[in-house]
Amino acid sequence: MRGKAWAWITFALGCTYFFVPLIGTIEFSMRMKRGEYSFEAYRVVFGDERFQATFGYSILIAALTIAVGILIVVPTAYWIRLRLPNLRPVVEFITLLPLIIPAIVIVFGYLRMYNSSSWIPFTATRRGTDILLMFGYVTLALPYMYRAVDTGLRTIDVQTLTEAAQILGAKWPTIIARVILPNVLIAVLSGAFLTFAIVIGEFTMASLLDRPAFGPYLQNIGANRAYEPAALAIIAFFITWGCMAVIQVLSRYAPKSASRPN
Amino acid sequence: MGETFLSIENVTKSFAQTTVVRNVDIAIDKGEFVSFLGPSGCGKTTTLRMVAGFENPTAGRIVIDGKDVTDLKPNQRNIGMVFQSYALFPNMTVAQNIAFGLKVAGASSADIAARVKEMLGIIKLPDHGGRYPFQLSGGQQQRVALARALAVKPSVLLLDEPLSALDAKIRISLRAEIRAIQRELGITTIYVTHDQEEALSMSDRIVVMNEGRVEQIGTPVEIYNQPRTRFVASFVGTLTILAAKAVDAAKGTMSLDGQKIRAGKPFPASASKNISVALRPEAIALGKGDDNANRLTVKVVNVNFLGSIVRVKVRSGAQDISLDMFNQSTTAPPKVGEQVTVNFNPDDLVVLDGQPQA
Repeated sequence: MRGKAWAWITFALGCTYFFVPLIGTIEFSMRMKRGEYSFEAYRVVFGDERFQATFGYSILIAALTIAVGILIVVPTAYWIRLRLPNLRPVVEFITLLPLIIPAIVIVFGYLRMYNSSSWIPFTATRRGTDILLMFGYVTLALPYMYRAVDTGLRTIDVQTLTEAAQILGAKWPTIIARVILPNVLIAVLSGAFLTFAIVIGEFTMASLLDRPAFGPYLQNIGANRAYEPAALAIIAFFITWGCMAVIQVLSRYAPKSASRPN
Repeated sequence: MGETFLSIENVTKSFAQTTVVRNVDIAIDKGEFVSFLGPSGCGKTTTLRMVAGFENPTAGRIVIDGKDVTDLKPNQRNIGMVFQSYALFPNMTVAQNIAFGLKVAGASSADIAARVKEMLGIIKLPDHGGRYPFQLSGGQQQRVALARALAVKPSVLLLDEPLSALDAKIRISLRAEIRAIQRELGITTIYVTHDQEEALSMSDRIVVMNEGRVEQIGTPVEIYNQPRTRFVASFVGTLTILAAKAVDAAKGTMSLDGQKIRAGKPFPASASKNISVALRPEAIALGKGDDNANRLTVKVVNVNFLGSIVRVKVRSGAQDISLDMFNQSTTAPPKVGEQVTVNFNPDDLVVLDGQPQA
């Protein structure tokens, strides 16, 4: 009984720690009009052309990052599980590097390697810089994307399913598209939404590469306005929560197995 | 013997420095059901995987229906395979699983639907086509796996310990079902198992393997009654292996702890007089038997009641011999410490190849 009370007290403290700042920010974001609560700050934010432009830009870059990330990570993780299991520790270490190396170091490395006077002058054009930013985000999202896909692959018997498909006459594209991918789709989508959440608020890379992304816009508004940053923080918060909710909903549709019937 | 349909010719498989399959040479007839039987690590699954094309032989070749398939990929061999873990595609229904191979082969929708229906009928799950694998029991999943393997009309069916993940009762019923389906379709089949009862009850022939080598190939009756090596004798069934000294190989006579006995036929004369002989518990009986029987005077050291049978352990010199007697109310089992005479037919005494082990 006593233990239960402590559990509830701890839970209440946790909720307070989490929800009080959130409620405070929401409350503050609604006080733009004097003497009354309103969604004025949200109206201003959504009406701002720069918001629309930067948010749209970041969504596009996030979509490209997810597509390129899936194309790189899924076959790699599959092949390592199937044929090169000895390389797993090496690949896991490489995918963890973006967590250890600060984004600012990565972006300065890119600027040295791919500046306008280099062999591959990505930064010579805006489109080139967009591509460089996208690859930068693929790198940043690698730890999350690889782990999500690898965890998905762990839940199925990759080797036996591959062999079962092979013996029935299937070739590699059929095996990946019709047997492997549908069974790790939820994991891939989890990785995709984590990637989206990272890209949508990223500041360092976009700022140093001087791209019109949502992160630098958030920072700029935060430095110059009072109520709009609070509204933006709440918007960004709900976007992230929305992504998490979508992952949860999709996971209900994951392929079932005898060991995981629900 | 019919015509050879599948031949595994002097196949060897090595992984780095380790050789796991050594000079395996097996010819299988069309429509034959052959079991590879042996303990874990004996090379039976590796041999099966080489037939499937998942492993390449280091030496030797595999021929199916006159065609050398050694270098062909698994998807080019027209082989069906059932895996120990079922390996049904979890994202597909039972019908989609069965249809997978046909779709890959480019069959028409009508043909696929007809074949799926036919296969569901064969495995006695006609109403389960819309279910997902997780909604089926282990036994049902394995039947679906069998249907999926057979749907593409393969030339050879491979089964890799398909029943080992199931409980005993379902195993026994599925054994009979698999065999009946195989007979009905007349498909050449290789069945890998470490369960001797499974192999003995299902197979036309059994290949007993040990340490990468074939120890003996024969019908279940031959393997059980005439094991050729000490390994086969000890692996298949309960068997007492005894050390004896050859007296006259041409007459089949020998001495067991000073008591003269004889085998039903002459055995090869070896340089050493020390030989190994094997006796099944059910071949030995208490009493003197008929005039032709071998007799031994032994001491009862243990009596073990097993329900329908009573297993009696007797000692001759320093060697223990097991014998089984039916549990009958009219015949009381002997008492421990009692001196008794046991008898057995000379034909039941099997002289094993090779030197006796210490």
